[in-house]
Amino acid sequence: MEWETVIGLEIHAQLATKSKIFSGASTAYGAAPNTQACAIDLGLPGVLPVLNRDAVRMAAMLGLAIGAEVARRSVFARKNYFYPDLPKGYQISQYELPVVGKGQLTIDLDDGSSKVIGITRAHLEEDAGKSLHEDFHGRSGIDLNRAGTPLLEIVSEPDMRSAKEAVAYMKKLHQLVVYLGICDGNMQEGSFRCDANVSVRPKGDPKFGTRAEIKNLNSFRFVERAIEFEIERQIDLIESGGKVVQETRLYDPDQGETRSMRGKEEANDYRYFPDPDLLPLVLDDAFIDAARAALPELPDVKKQRFTEQYGLSAYDAGVLTTSRALANHYEATVAALGGEPKLCANWVMGDFSAFLNKDNRDIANSPVDAAQLAGLLRRLQDRTISGKIAKEVFEAMWAGEGDADAIIEKRGLRQITDTSAIEKVIDDAIAANPDQLAQYRAGKDKLFGFFVGQVMKLSKGKANPQQVNDLLMEKLKG
Amino acid sequence: MSLGPAEVAKIAHLARLAIRDEDVPAYARNLSAILELVAQMDAADTTGVAPMAHPLNMAQRLRPDAAAEPDRRERFQAIAPQVEAGLYLVPKVIE
Repeated sequence: MEWETVIGLEIHAQLATKSKIFSGASTAYGAAPNTQACAIDLGLPGVLPVLNRDAVRMAAMLGLAIGAEVARRSVFARKNYFYPDLPKGYQISQYELPVVGKGQLTIDLDDGSSKVIGITRAHLEEDAGKSLHEDFHGRSGIDLNRAGTPLLEIVSEPDMRSAKEAVAYMKKLHQLVVYLGICDGNMQEGSFRCDANVSVRPKGDPKFGTRAEIKNLNSFRFVERAIEFEIERQIDLIESGGKVVQETRLYDPDQGETRSMRGKEEANDYRYFPDPDLLPLVLDDAFIDAARAALPELPDVKKQRFTEQYGLSAYDAGVLTTSRALANHYEATVAALGGEPKLCANWVMGDFSAFLNKDNRDIANSPVDAAQLAGLLRRLQDRTISGKIAKEVFEAMWAGEGDADAIIEKRGLRQITDTSAIEKVIDDAIAANPDQLAQYRAGKDKLFGFFVGQVMKLSKGKANPQQVNDLLMEKLKG
Repeated sequence: MSLGPAEVAKIAHLARLAIRDEDVPAYARNLSAILELVAQMDAADTTGVAPMAHPLNMAQRLRPDAAAEPDRRERFQAIAPQVEAGLYLVPKVIE
């Protein structure tokens, strides 16, 4: 039988606020345990939550960016369950009336096509603390620094049909929240994590199969592997006469498998009710307009503009708009050079990105800024140096040896474009290799490359390659 | 709507409340009475009436995003039953 997979994702994006969603404690990552957990985060008696304006603004920005309705009126609810890292015994979340309604996101697939994925809703909630089960004399250690950190839970429609689509959606959403500046996107620190709802059904069947929920997937690779594993598990189960049960499963990256978290099912009775400590959240036009005004140019719009304004291919435009920082660097380079958008694209995507990766740096810490890169490209453009030499100069610039012009002067890398000087080198190269010359003239055309190599070597790479080609062709004819 | 003993036991378990068996009928009666009151109110026609969250119909006030709370870990942990390395220690829970 042919099976179809149905996947929906719930993504938790940690909002990039300075303080918590309902308290003034800091959200900075990596502090000593419990030093950023105040009376509200600890759920001490008599405290009241007060909502963080920026958390709401960020949720509204996401809503506007996915074309969703931002609710004029939404309500906070208590989700009740017992766990030691949730001291109040309930998590403040939103249930029936979330702040962001239906929206959508367009994902790009490997075959070049695109697909629209529906987003059901997005709601604000607080994160829980952390439990450490390592050796504390048979007890668990609780760190409540993370308790009360603002999260935006973004729930997709069950619109994805493969692990690849799920990863494409997750990447697109990741790019978007980072673009918007509402989430730092750091997956290792848990700022962007994902639960996946996975089910299978016979192809063509309009009904959904029973789904399993896979929890806490904190990398793109794990999402893909966990879903692939889960699809296979469910199909094997059904084909061997079993039934998928609705349950929560955990992905174990070491074993590459998902495992049932039995015993938690009954805890799914969360008994939501409106939180009497919080009044309805009412947003007026001014608030929503301000959120709209704070939106940057969105990735898809920027990509489209890059293809139109700079004449780039969709692929190049896609790579250059991966992040705002890279796109800004590219545009600053083009502006500084005053044109040559394709040349700039090649260098920003090529050597520049490669060196960043090699050093594991981000653009803000790049030793070569846009003006300096443009300075190098200008010398390439006016043929002071060849492409090969430009790479050498770039490496020196990266190492902090100065601007392109200074390096070219200091190292004597100026390209030789004087015809008589190049002819002199060619004559030397030919004179030094009489055997090869004879073979070439006897019809061994392949040796042309050998002579080009000799000339470049004798000129220390400085002879203009195009001129070398043209002049050498003439000279070899004899 | 009325609750039976099994439902009372379930609610008590979800709320982590220990109740005595002999008290179950009384809880069932009282909780059912509350639900009946809600059912009565539910019968009122509220078409076109906006829900009210507060007698003065106020909306949630928002606070500026500023990390203003000082670290008071020592004071908080002074009343905790057991702490170590800055952590609150609790009976072991394993998922």
